[in-house]
Amino acid sequence: MLDLISLWALPVIIVFILTFALIKKVPLYETFTDGAKDGFKVAVNIIPYLVAIIVCISMLRASGAVEMLANCLSGILTRFNIPAEVLPVIFVRPLSGSAALGLFSDIATVDVNSYATQLSAVMVGSSETTFYVLAVYFGSVGITRYRYALWVGILADIIAAVMSIVVCSYIFL
Amino acid sequence: MNYIFYFLIIISIIVGASNGKLPDVVNAILTGAEKSVKIAFSLIGIMAFWLGIMKIAEKSGLVEKFAKLIKPITKRLFNEIPDGDPAIGDIAMNFSANALGLSNAATPIGLKAMEELQKHNKNKKTASNAMCMFLGMNTASFQLVPATVIAVLAGAGYKNPTEIIAPTLIVTSFTFICAIVLAKVFEKLSPPQEIEEVAENA
Repeated sequence: MLDLISLWALPVIIVFILTFALIKKVPLYETFTDGAKDGFKVAVNIIPYLVAIIVCISMLRASGAVEMLANCLSGILTRFNIPAEVLPVIFVRPLSGSAALGLFSDIATVDVNSYATQLSAVMVGSSETTFYVLAVYFGSVGITRYRYALWVGILADIIAAVMSIVVCSYIFL
Repeated sequence: MNYIFYFLIIISIIVGASNGKLPDVVNAILTGAEKSVKIAFSLIGIMAFWLGIMKIAEKSGLVEKFAKLIKPITKRLFNEIPDGDPAIGDIAMNFSANALGLSNAATPIGLKAMEELQKHNKNKKTASNAMCMFLGMNTASFQLVPATVIAVLAGAGYKNPTEIIAPTLIVTSFTFICAIVLAKVFEKLSPPQEIEEVAENA
């Protein structure tokens, strides 16, 4: 069932969008190429962020600090099947989207078909950069007191991380 | 982020030096930088394809259609906002754009929704209940297809990148519902929003 959703989600969405647009008489080909131009821009725009975070993480891994941290926490980590390299993703996700993407890309290049890659993929894909969203949205209208909005955001991040661990260990392990 | 950046680099150098792995750490700067550019370039093709499809979705008015569909639900979540107010439409549009992964389109609509919500706000410096609900929905951000993540997986040579769609969908839906429930619970539990004068004295 889940495999079917994963397999069909993309084709169904693409066919649906294209058919809908065709009925609405949108020039498909021109609009597509117009949008696709931004692909290069997006990829180039994230280079500075990727360099910053991947250099940091590569240094950290080379220094042996990740192993040390993993050894300290190995009890909890093995209990819940959390690969050590996924830990930084959990903490960075609410702070910076590009940094989380960088961490995830780094994990994916080290061992692409590992459980760590799958878990961090779901973590990065299923939540938002809480602090960025709050800063931009509240900042735009000059709100300085967030009241409980911050708590809702942080709790949602924690729930997302826990759920990712639960769902992934059920599906992928 | 400033502190994290500083902290990560300093820790690596100190730990590396004490482990006698300093040469590896220095080397990691070079390989890490090179790797980042490779990753970014491996993303270009798939990002271009997805952004092309999304442009079509945007142009065809699909976002508006979707927004109209979910309007009854949005109206119920924001009971402070009067019926027919533009804020409701903007919120529905923002959600629809986010769900489709059009974050570039979602942000301007979202900011307009904030402006509309601010008009109903009794204290211009403090978040209203409606704003907290809206941002709760936004930080938990429901997404149908995690396009960037799939692009990275494909670029790195993962065997079946779309495999992560279903688990991501489960997590994101669950979190989204939790965020809405949490916002409602906090609304009941937390002290009501203070009026302007009080806030200015504080």
